[in-house]
This record gives sequence, structure tokens and C-alpha cells, in this order.
Amino acid sequence: MKNIKLFCALLIGGVVTFSACKDKGGNEPGATVYYQQADGFGRPAINTVFNNTADKDAFNTTAIPAMSAGFSAKFKAKLLALNPGYTTNLLGLDATTFSGVLATDVLTVTLSNTTPTTFFDGTNVLTGRNLSDDVIDVELTLIFGGPMGTANAGLTSDHVNANDKAFLTTFPYEATPW
Amino acid sequence: MKSKKLLLAGAFVAALFTGGIIYAADHIDAPAVTSKSTDITDMYVFRGADANNLVFVANTQGLLAPGSTAAAKFDANTLIQFNIDTNGDGVEDFVIQGLYDGSSKMNVYGPVKPTITGLKSKAEGSVTASVAVTPYGSAATMATGTNGIKVFAGPRDDPFFFDLNAYHAVLAGTPAFNNPGSDAFAGTNVLAFVVEVPKALFGTVAAGKINVWLTTKTKI
Repeated sequence: MKNIKLFCALLIGGVVTFSACKDKGGNEPGATVYYQQADGFGRPAINTVFNNTADKDAFNTTAIPAMSAGFSAKFKAKLLALNPGYTTNLLGLDATTFSGVLATDVLTVTLSNTTPTTFFDGTNVLTGRNLSDDVIDVELTLIFGGPMGTANAGLTSDHVNANDKAFLTTFPYEATPW
Repeated sequence: MKSKKLLLAGAFVAALFTGGIIYAADHIDAPAVTSKSTDITDMYVFRGADANNLVFVANTQGLLAPGSTAAAKFDANTLIQFNIDTNGDGVEDFVIQGLYDGSSKMNVYGPVKPTITGLKSKAEGSVTASVAVTPYGSAATMATGTNGIKVFAGPRDDPFFFDLNAYHAVLAGTPAFNNPGSDAFAGTNVLAFVVEVPKALFGTVAAGKINVWLTTKTKI
């Protein structure tokens, strides 16, 4: 009996503790804490370039499968506003197709041990993103450069071609802070 | 703070002239996350020094001037999550999560198949690695997880480079970028969360490729 009483006392004590914790904000053992999406990111500069201010928060809090339906048409309008002469780009994508690709904001990454990971290296396209990749020049070229990448030559590079600190060749790869 | 204020001021000026286009990688990209712990600046995913591994980099809270970097902190109420889709349906099949403990450590969960997907998340499974957040000015502290992952959390140089001011000028009517350009992100830092993962942890992926996106989520 003694053991049972002790057990009951512990149980009751446990319940009281449980409730007390709950009152403090849900940190009791076993409580599930949930987190709600605030920001999202797949490819660089997409939200900042292609969404008007009114859509930026919504873009960040849209699930991937809903992005194409929600944003492709708006992206196309923005693309044609940025470059009214857009026909196709270096990837051979017309405005509708290119906008559709961009609207689903994910970064495709190869699992190959031989194909390089890169945003674009002249041969491989969107197989990842290295710290050193000049993603801005790639995106400017795809927006302004036309089917050969040579149109609007003054707009296809910002002429900043590298970071201001060298990256590391080993983990954690990013350079020490300034 | 001075650099951050300058950049913010530049962005607002640009907004005046361009009808609201503020351009960076993802720095201060939207009103609800600007200057908050949830603000993603960039994500990078690339092959590691060991070709059997992939490196996932999440940079947050950008535009930190050196003088304000020591005070920048991760937020225990912000879940940093890499989402990995192995079959192209836009739904994450694996997640890698970082959750700051509020005092000194970044706890890492995954890679693991999440029990819930989409806009709402919870810490999935058990902690697979835990690393002390590297203080500003200290050598990088790294940790290795039970599943072979390597983790780092702390301030690093912002690897993003771009002549932001010239872009603003172009949007305002200047016909071309400057040559040479000027990197508007030079000399600024971010809070980085870096995870190196053996690809084998994703199992057999028929397509030979994955789609990845980074999310920050706020405790509700």
C-alpha cells in the first residue's frame, strides 16, 4: 500500500506540475510546439525582383505547390516590364515558361558525385549554388540577354564578379566575419 | 548598424524611384520579415570537399556591420528549416532543422522525414547534432552528429556580392551598370547555419537530384 500511495502522490504531483508548466506557456514534457512559416527562399533575388511590394509577404508564406498558380502571371508581367523586348533567353525559355519556372521557388541540386554543383557554369545549369557563383550576372543575362545572352550588353553584368573575402575549402566554407 | 542603416536608406530611396522594387538576394525582401530573426538572406547548396556530401548553408539577419555583429543572436522562437523534395512534387520528403536553445547551442534535427509538411512545422525526431554557437571573433566551433552530419552556427562574412546601388540606378533610368561595379554587401556579416550531410542519408533518389528550399518559421 505504501508504494501505491507514494505512486499516487507522485502522479498527482506530476499532474500539478504538468498544469503549472502549461500555464507558463506550454513547455510541459510532451507538448508539441508548432512553428508557422515567415520567410521562404529557393533561388536568389526572386521575391525581390519579381514581386511587387503587396505580394512579397504572401510569396514568402506560400507553400511550394501553390506558387505556380499564384505567381506565374505576375512574374511574367514583371519580366516584360523589366525587359519589354523579351523574346526568349539563353535557356530557350519564352516569357510564359521562364516565369513559370521562376515562380516555383526551389533550388534544384544534383546528387551526382561528378556533375558539378553550380547555378550556371556555362555548361551545367541549376545543379546547385556555390558560394562563389555570380548568380546576379546569370539572372541579369536570363532577363535581359535575349536568346544568345548578348543583347542589352550594359545590363547583363553588374561587374562585381566575386565576394570580398575568399571562401574556405573546408567546412564551414563561408569566410570569417568582418 | 551604420552599414545596415545606409543599405536600408538606399533601399527606401530605390523604392521611391522604382515603385517598390527592393533588390538583393533575399535580404529585407518583404515587410513582415525585415530586420527580424526570420529574415533569410540566402541559401546555398553545393557539393562538399568530400564529394559524397552536400553542404546546406542558411544565412539570416543580414547587413550586419562588424560593430553590431557581436550583439546579433539566433532566436529560440525561430525554426530554421531546409526542405528537401526528392520526387518533384513540391512537398518536403526530408527536413534538416536548426533550433537555437536560447542560450548557447544550436540543436539540429534530421535529415528526417517530417511528420507534417507545408507551412507549419515542429521539431522532428530527436536532436542529431548540437553545436555551440561560435561567438563573434572566435574560431569556428564545429560539431559532428550521430548520423555523420557536420554543423556550424554563428556569424560569417556575407558571401553575397552585388552592385545594389547601380541596379537601383538602372531601374531609375541609367542605361548600364558601372564597370567595375561596387559590391554593396562588402564588409557586412550574416548569422549562418551550415550543415554538411552525407548524401546517403537521403536514400535512393530515382531522379538523381533534389529540390531544396529554406524556410524560417515562428513559434506559435
